Amino acid sequence: MIIVFGLFLLSLLVITALAIVRTENLFVAVMLTSIFSLLMAANFFILDAADVALTEAAVGAGITTVIFLGALALTAEREKPSSAGWRFPLLVVAVLATLIIYATFDKPRLGDPEAPVHQHLAPWYLEKTPEYMDFPNVVTAVLGSFRGYDTLGEVFVVFVACIGVLFILGVKPQAGAEPEIEDRAGLRHHLIPQVVGRILIPFIILFGLYVQFHGEYGPGGGFQAGALIATGVILYALLEGEAAALRAVPRPVLLALVVGGATLYGGVGVACILLGGNFLDYSVLSADPVVGQQMGILLIEAGVGMAVCGALLSIFHAFAARRIRL
Amino acid sequence: MIETVLDILSWALLCLGGAFVLIGGIGALRLPGFYTRLHAASLTDTMATILVFSGLILQAGFSLASLKLIAIMLFLLLTGPTASYALANAALQSGMEPDADRLGGKASGGAG
Repeated sequence: MIIVFGLFLLSLLVITALAIVRTENLFVAVMLTSIFSLLMAANFFILDAADVALTEAAVGAGITTVIFLGALALTAEREKPSSAGWRFPLLVVAVLATLIIYATFDKPRLGDPEAPVHQHLAPWYLEKTPEYMDFPNVVTAVLGSFRGYDTLGEVFVVFVACIGVLFILGVKPQAGAEPEIEDRAGLRHHLIPQVVGRILIPFIILFGLYVQFHGEYGPGGGFQAGALIATGVILYALLEGEAAALRAVPRPVLLALVVGGATLYGGVGVACILLGGNFLDYSVLSADPVVGQQMGILLIEAGVGMAVCGALLSIFHAFAARRIRL
Repeated sequence: MIETVLDILSWALLCLGGAFVLIGGIGALRLPGFYTRLHAASLTDTMATILVFSGLILQAGFSLASLKLIAIMLFLLLTGPTASYALANAALQSGMEPDADRLGGKASGGAG
């Protein structure tokens, strides 16, 4: 049964991808990209990767779409007609597709317990997580502690991406024209979306916090929570106008979140060294190694959540603050 | 005995919900004009949400999963109609007039 679902979702993915390539309207392409991400999230969920599915749904289908739309408001809606020929790209794609399909023949079957990936490190992770951390979600244990270096790298990538976007787009809009815009900004005069949005925003933020602090026990963690909380604030910005959202969460707070999150993560690692352990070896943080591990993972997840939330909101504001070209 | 009844009831609800989604999909493809298509998609969607989630809650029984399902159902019941309203409103604001004459003309033309 699950195979049928998988086939259905994968064929929809292929159709969506083809539609994205074929459409010349960029707005349609953005919406299709969002649908693609949602289908991908469903696929991940079928493969029992609930953490990844949550990330894909929150970031891919949610925030990226809003940021794309913000970017689209600054440019034209239609794709520029391309003068390049189609034969060479088609050849490259055909050769690569053949190679990839050829490579899949060597892949183990879906769910094969004898697959190399299930023989290498995974058994060790599954066996040691209850012993070292004493909580059920192995994904969080791998992400936060066993492979803490990788996650630190990811947080720094988010940090650098945010800095990069701010360098390119983060020019302050000129003062003067703002009050006039503000009165008409957002959906202030549309009662129904505003009322419903106001009801929903607290619950979205609450759900984000739940995902943040429940990451050891269920799917979730800093990345998903950061994206969810950012979604709540972006919804507020869409309803009340961007200026109101900036008043609620000002720019310095956003930058402090990004920098503070990355610093918190690195700082926990340094604290481990100072307490006599290795970098990011949380066991030394407390007298009981298990409590130390749990504390360390909680702290670095908080750092991840702060950095992701701050970075996504900074990027959103960087796009939204630009004057729309008419 | 009671389990069988619940099972049949929940499957009936699930199938009915699926039928509503299907009808909505056909309507969104077949009806003429933006507003009629939106009408088809949004109304059936709300009905299907209630039916499908009632069926799923009956399947889950009295458990934490049911509570979560109720929460998701409330969320969808709030956001779905709001999104439809926002979409229709945005279309109206951008100057898309509901073209009742053309629809009437088409229908009588079809009859004649």
